[in-house]
Amino acid sequence: MYVLIVGAGKVGWNLARELLDKGHEVTLIENNRDRYVTVEQELEHNVQYGDASELWVLERAGVSRADLVIAVTGDDEDNMLICQVAKEKYMVEQTIARVNNPRNKQWFELLGIAPVVSATDLILRLIEHEVPKYGLVHLLDLPRERLEIIELLLGDGSPVAGRRVADLELPEGSLLISVLRDGTGFVPSPETVLESGDEVLAVLDPGLEEELKTYFGPDGTSPD
Amino acid sequence: MPRVGDGSARGVGGASSGLPRDSIQIVFLMIVGAGRVGSSLARAMLRDGHTVSCLDEDPEAHARLEIGLEKPWEDVGGQFTVGTGLEIEALQAAGIERADAFVAATDGDNTNIVIAQIAKMRFKVPTVIARILDPYRAEWYEQQGLHTICPTRVAIEMLETEVKEAAAKVAGG
Repeated sequence: MYVLIVGAGKVGWNLARELLDKGHEVTLIENNRDRYVTVEQELEHNVQYGDASELWVLERAGVSRADLVIAVTGDDEDNMLICQVAKEKYMVEQTIARVNNPRNKQWFELLGIAPVVSATDLILRLIEHEVPKYGLVHLLDLPRERLEIIELLLGDGSPVAGRRVADLELPEGSLLISVLRDGTGFVPSPETVLESGDEVLAVLDPGLEEELKTYFGPDGTSPD
Repeated sequence: MPRVGDGSARGVGGASSGLPRDSIQIVFLMIVGAGRVGSSLARAMLRDGHTVSCLDEDPEAHARLEIGLEKPWEDVGGQFTVGTGLEIEALQAAGIERADAFVAATDGDNTNIVIAQIAKMRFKVPTVIARILDPYRAEWYEQQGLHTICPTRVAIEMLETEVKEAAAKVAGG
């Protein structure tokens, strides 16, 4: 499968890495020069420099033969239009777009861009499902300093990579609420095996962040 | 309808479009992005007696609307709302639901393309025009039925004409 990914942030970079590991052909497009240079050291010819809003940049990356276009930049308008053009001009079968601001989700829908991935939506849905004893409203009513949600990226050297969720010894007062892998999120079951490159979301009592970070490994940096 | 955009030399405030006022159909025009282009268009349309509402994320853009005016923008009948074209509340506050025409003239191509489609598809504004600097995308979206204005294309054509004329003179002389 040929996959075109736009935006080499943490999501895009990890996606590219995972898909390459799985044997797919991948081109990643990044429009920030410094970021491009960093990512290029690892991904080499699999990353291209340019603004994918411009048609020639997409064409240079071979958009017409892409089986899947994934737009995961930090800009919702860019993500919308890249997918719109990929689908309607270059006849790409499948697109996936990231929604940064959940309020923009309606515009993705209006333009017929589906499916979309919104981290905020995902978290809210997961809280509703996974933390029924608090309840969504109650949780959101809590003063900010009483509870936090953090996102952790599992680095290559993470001691929890390869382990089942059931076997984790998470600090008391913390709960794993979702795993983002290859651009999709899911609720981990006790049987879920964590992988390096996973982004995990955890809800926790204040003050536990450092403990949790240490537990997930020295290479796991917060993907802000 | 009088042409707009050719009135920069005319006095402000005076109805001097050259046509009797009652022959003009008054429209409600909404402009997103009150930069050089948006604000000049806004003043020209207001001068011709139309109703004009501007939306800009920068509150300071209001000052640009008043360039050359003797009275505040609101006193000459203009409206100004602070917000972006992606915020539904801002669009509604600026009156998109009763707009006859919508112009997307922010400094971002992507923003203009998205909000023009919102105006057209979601709010069914009868006339929607998007300013797109990128000629290739302007051309493609035009083919998709979006009315686009591409200043870059205009500049290329003008330069081409001038340069060819100059070249012909050199060759002929």
